[in-house]
Amino acid sequence: MVTAGRESGGGAGGAPGHLDRDEDRARAVAAAVTDPELPMLTLADLGVLRDVTVLPGVNADGGTVTVSITPTYSGCPALGAMREDLLRALHRAGFEAVEVRTVLSPPWTTDWITAEGRRKLAAAGIAPPGPASPASAVTPGSPVNPAGSAPRHGTGPVPLTLVPPPARVPCPRCGSADTALVSPFGATACKALRRCRACDEPFEHVKEH
Amino acid sequence: MARTPSSPEPPPPAESGTAGTQPVPPVPEISDYDQFGAYQALAADAGSGDADGRWAFGTGFADSLTEAGAPVPDGVDGADLAAYCLMLGDDALIMSHRLQQWVTGAPELEDEVALANIALDLLGQARLLLGRAGVADGTGRGEDAYAFFRPEHEFRNVRLAELERGDFGELIARLVVFSTWRLALLERLDGSRDPVLSAVAAKGVKEVAYHRDYAAQWLVRLGDGTAYSRDRAQAGLEAVWPYVPEMFTSHDVERRLAESGVAVDPPAVRAEFDDVLAAATDAAGLRIPDAAPRAGVAGRAGRHGVHTEAMGYLLAELQSVARAHPDATW
Repeated sequence: MVTAGRESGGGAGGAPGHLDRDEDRARAVAAAVTDPELPMLTLADLGVLRDVTVLPGVNADGGTVTVSITPTYSGCPALGAMREDLLRALHRAGFEAVEVRTVLSPPWTTDWITAEGRRKLAAAGIAPPGPASPASAVTPGSPVNPAGSAPRHGTGPVPLTLVPPPARVPCPRCGSADTALVSPFGATACKALRRCRACDEPFEHVKEH
Repeated sequence: MARTPSSPEPPPPAESGTAGTQPVPPVPEISDYDQFGAYQALAADAGSGDADGRWAFGTGFADSLTEAGAPVPDGVDGADLAAYCLMLGDDALIMSHRLQQWVTGAPELEDEVALANIALDLLGQARLLLGRAGVADGTGRGEDAYAFFRPEHEFRNVRLAELERGDFGELIARLVVFSTWRLALLERLDGSRDPVLSAVAAKGVKEVAYHRDYAAQWLVRLGDGTAYSRDRAQAGLEAVWPYVPEMFTSHDVERRLAESGVAVDPPAVRAEFDDVLAAATDAAGLRIPDAAPRAGVAGRAGRHGVHTEAMGYLLAELQSVARAHPDATW
């Protein structure tokens, strides 16, 4: 889910290849940081890691690392923890100058959770989301284009839903399709609570967003 | 980098006496009661790495926001843009505060969690909008300066948001009205010429759509439930309806910014609001009230900083800790 970063252009640093290697290494470190509330997912799995770049900077043997992340929900309290975890991980990896930026646009949707992320969610007993916006859903796991093409609601007003739609969320434990919504809001902003009528187990569902 | 060195701090206390330098009173050693070492682990973690480490959700969100520093769009008055960001931001902040007051008071745990989630979404929207106001008005003030250190008459939220907490029927009626109105605004603000308003709106649409569905589904459940629950839901609508006309009255700032493609003039969303409310109340077997508008003062209301009596008490609760410890960090 990380964009390609900058081309090595022989910039002011004079050692573009060196910076590229740093960039690859910084990207790998950032991509491996896990989400504080869904620790089975890395930030890359969750699709919130937008960009990692290394510019010639203050260090003799390394540039300034800039990491861009995007919040899942406007008020997601995990964002502060993600920032701290990214700083800590990159500092431990030897990058001294690190900046973590937040970008809002294009807005995150659950379509940016990678195929690997969905597999990990299901393995942890959390039902992964369906397509957030079927008409314009991106292929799960496909690279994010930071310039745009965010899945959106179509034009026109968002339709009011007075009756919850029928369950299309299979139980992550027994696989039954016979599940019911208990509450559209769960223990974290991104999850709903459901119950399986076949095995009677409650489970969480990363709701389409 | 969670906090940039140049980020503005809240103003120092007026009585800048000993508040910042008072000796800390003795407290029990954490190890006296922390037999599992949980607090110590947190403290140790926070102390490692960089000085910004903290184990609780702190500030710094808006400071690091890439879009936040975007220049005010051409031909747009910065003071107008700031005022408009405060209008939408204060609506969210004050409504969020009222929703937070339901935590531990909701009828079921699931609803408590739902209301807390809705409050959290609105708080997130408020933080971004207040942060943008500080860029637009040129003062560089951060979100906390606006939330905790403004007097009542500088808050620009509509009065509906601040009303004293009522019963669950009133809450649902208020949430249906508020979220239907806000969703209609945010849908159109997606195309704002201001990059922050546009980005906040694009995220907010998805959030507030969930809020509106939650509230409308409860309205149907109450209206279509027992005679008692129907009466309580109807009474809720009657209680909030006098404050609805204010939400569709243009303020000069909204009108000017709508003309320059930045804002949405509220009357433009009245038809959509009426359609949604009609659908929800029809399904619920409830009536749209025929209530006289609650007058402001000489035509001035929430958007002008003229509030109800409830607002002072709300702000006292919201602001008292920050004002007592203006330099506190955590």
